[in-house]
Amino acid sequence: MKSLGNIRRSFAPWADPDSKPFISFKNITKKFGDFTAVDNLTLDIYHREFFALLGASGCGKSTLLRMLAGFERPTSGEIILDGQDIAGIPPYRRPVNMMFQSYALFPHMTVESNIGFGLRQDGMPKAEIAERVRQMLKLVKLEQFARRKPQQLSGGQRQRVALARSLAKRPKVLLLDEPLGALDKKLREETQFELMDLQQELGLTFVVVTHDQEEAMTMADRIAVMSHGNVIQVATPAEIYEAPNSRFVADFIGDVNILEGKVKAAGNGRIEIAGDDFTVRTVGDAAPAIGTGAAFAIRPEKLKVSRAAPADAAINASEGEIWDIAYLGDMTVFHVRLPSGKVVKTSMLNAQREVENPIGYDEKVWVSFAETAGVVLKD
Amino acid sequence: MTKWSRFNVASVALGFAFLYLPIVLLVVFSFNESRLVTVWAGFSTKWYVSLFNNQGLMDAAWVTIRVALLSATIATVLGTMAALSLVRFTRFRGRMLFSGMVYAPLVMPEVITGLSLLLLFVAIGFDRGFWTVTLAHITLTMCFVAVVVQSRLLSFDRSVEEAALDLGATPLRTFFEVTLPIIAPAVFSGWVLAFTLSLDDLVIASFTSGPGATTLPMKIYSQVRLGVTPEINAACTLLIALVTVGVVIASIVTKRREVQRQRDEHAAFAGG
Amino acid sequence: MTKLGSRIFSRLVIIVPYAWLVFFFLVPFVIVFRISLSTTAIAQPPYEPVFRLADGISGIIDNIRQLSFDNFVWLTEDALYINAYLSSIKIAGISTILTLLIAYPIAYGMAQAPRTWRPTLLMLVILPFWTSFLIRVYAWIAILKPEGLLNQLLLSTGLINEPLIILNTNWAIYIGIVYSYLPFMILPIYSALEKMDHSLIEAAQDLGCPPISAFWKVTFPLSLAGVVAGCMLVFIPAVGEFVIPDLLGGSQTLMIGKTLWTEFNSNRDWPVSAAVATVLLLILVVPIVFFQNMQAKAEERGK
Repeated sequence: MKSLGNIRRSFAPWADPDSKPFISFKNITKKFGDFTAVDNLTLDIYHREFFALLGASGCGKSTLLRMLAGFERPTSGEIILDGQDIAGIPPYRRPVNMMFQSYALFPHMTVESNIGFGLRQDGMPKAEIAERVRQMLKLVKLEQFARRKPQQLSGGQRQRVALARSLAKRPKVLLLDEPLGALDKKLREETQFELMDLQQELGLTFVVVTHDQEEAMTMADRIAVMSHGNVIQVATPAEIYEAPNSRFVADFIGDVNILEGKVKAAGNGRIEIAGDDFTVRTVGDAAPAIGTGAAFAIRPEKLKVSRAAPADAAINASEGEIWDIAYLGDMTVFHVRLPSGKVVKTSMLNAQREVENPIGYDEKVWVSFAETAGVVLKD
Repeated sequence: MTKWSRFNVASVALGFAFLYLPIVLLVVFSFNESRLVTVWAGFSTKWYVSLFNNQGLMDAAWVTIRVALLSATIATVLGTMAALSLVRFTRFRGRMLFSGMVYAPLVMPEVITGLSLLLLFVAIGFDRGFWTVTLAHITLTMCFVAVVVQSRLLSFDRSVEEAALDLGATPLRTFFEVTLPIIAPAVFSGWVLAFTLSLDDLVIASFTSGPGATTLPMKIYSQVRLGVTPEINAACTLLIALVTVGVVIASIVTKRREVQRQRDEHAAFAGG
Repeated sequence: MTKLGSRIFSRLVIIVPYAWLVFFFLVPFVIVFRISLSTTAIAQPPYEPVFRLADGISGIIDNIRQLSFDNFVWLTEDALYINAYLSSIKIAGISTILTLLIAYPIAYGMAQAPRTWRPTLLMLVILPFWTSFLIRVYAWIAILKPEGLLNQLLLSTGLINEPLIILNTNWAIYIGIVYSYLPFMILPIYSALEKMDHSLIEAAQDLGCPPISAFWKVTFPLSLAGVVAGCMLVFIPAVGEFVIPDLLGGSQTLMIGKTLWTEFNSNRDWPVSAAVATVLLLILVVPIVFFQNMQAKAEERGK
């Protein structure tokens, strides 16, 4: 298998003002009675993109996917797929296929007939169907299971049958609803990479719904973080992690420490915030008014814990006391109590097997970070 | 997410109309002044009065209720035992025959069951009467009880029983203190089913009963053959009212229990 | 309670119902078969030979010599019986198909109903079953009579000019069987449909199947077990049905349950009725065993 690096690194149609989106949600609202599942949402997805809708349950991500598949009709707004408004097209005439969370394999049909089901609906000649089914079975490595019933397969095998079935018609877009939710951790991690390879190989657009941030970060070109029927941020995994646009996103993705304070100075690409324990100086183009409240987000692995005071102890540094230690093998997590009483979470890579005189409970330490380590949140 | 389409609503509504219309008509015409069951001649309760003065019908009703109470109770014990054997003892000699004997009476034409039981009673020289009807009804209804209880036992979480055994309860105590209370609703609905089946049966009772043990369905049948009278409508209406009241009470009790359970769970959740 | 006590208890749980069913269900069939080989007698009981232990072994052997298959030969010779069997099967078959056609849309509609409504709907299907079967059949007499309510309604709307003759025809029997057995068809189909994962239909549609074709390719095949169970629950008892043909069918209709009843109660010919019952049982043995196997399989799946 070729490395995906080169393809992926250069793939950024969303950054190119000339490229046209493949799927556009325009001011989509979906109401179920009084409940608004999707609230005036606008979103573009590009051709060949691996796009993830990420959010907690009830955030509207599945509703969005089901509207794309045609199982729900938007209350208002339009959905454009490849230049065509598909709002009025029933699911069975849409050039998109879905892989269901429950897999929804037909229990009364063999693996073969499950995979060939969609092709038979199109009236494809029998020989061609057989050939396509064979290809699909090969693609998901289930050739020897062709004549089994779904009940006779393991969870991982069922998942692959569902995938093969939804890919057999060569849809323009493949929708995946929590595709790996039912698999155990190890299988899930393997399958994530298989899905990515497959997507590149087939050159399809994938839209995946998931509540698992790790899964979204691993697989997706871009992630839309959703909450209460709205998209909070759409960006690449790295941007989402390193530059969350809001407290919600920062909090939702990974661990984060949020330091509150007031803006002391801003300009020349720098912002200074005075907080209880830290005076924060960070890079940033925004120019918030002096004296307004500001929140600074910094990830645990970007905080440094040391016994010795850093060179400039006045900026981006604070004294503290070790409050809790969690040894996780690859890293150690320290909870450090700052003078104001706030506890911050830091993590340190265990680069060596044994450390002489490791930092222990109740020890006085310094917590510090670099100017580029964190980000000022917009709200 | 399913949509209840107009077609679905219509088919359910028409289906229920079909199921209930004859019953409603029967009830309405029990209050008819006229002797003609099909012509409305004004409201009257005279058929109820004459019903209560009809000693033959009243006697038959009393026999029927006694048979039904006794046979349903014994059938519930036997049927529950049969269900336990089928679910818990997967291997014993003649299990196939046993499960066959449990399922066959469910579909066996009543004329065959009735005739064969009658010939049995004659062969062993058992005088026909109250007891033969009761025995026949036990045999028929225990199989229905077995099926109802069996389906509950199949969805039963065995680990609860294992916990009781683990805590030192003997299998017998486990059954009475853990299993039986859990399957009690199914056992009870089995009893109700057995009771109604016994109350309802005409064919088997006709074969197996003797002098002095005429049941209500037998009495109704003989009167219906002679011609339709509003008295029978009145008797039917009373039976329907009885069943309806029973069902309504049962559903209120279960609903209240359900509400209570939810409230308890909610309180426990908030407290925890 | 001792360990021994528990063991005895678990033995009893099997033995008591087992012995009961052997004695009250299996043995009677043996007796029915034995009496079907006897001849009618004006005596009490009205057949001979009668086995008596007092006769000794030679007496019993003598009695066995007297048994004959004459009654079965008689059944094949008299067209009445053959016609009654055939017409019972025909009537039961037609009624089963009609019941299925009516029950399926109802069961389907119920399974599609909002989740909170379903227990109520289910209850409404079962409720008529708790009112007397005899009464429900009787209610149809008033509806189907020439001067009955159905004809009054149809005449008053001008759909017909003269009353339809329904009562005392096979149509009345079909209506009676469909009506009485409808819940037995609805319930298994409903439970099969209700268990079905709705995403299967969505998957079929997603793969290009329009709704009606999705119904035939996915929904219907998956409800087939319920359909077959329902048909068995209607067909088998309907073949031997007595009350419905007797009350609604009138004197012209020929059904074996009625023939057996008449033979037994009016003609007091016990051996011939026993033979009639034996043949009926033989006819039904295949569907009954089929039904039992299906039940046993469902029970296995439940485990």
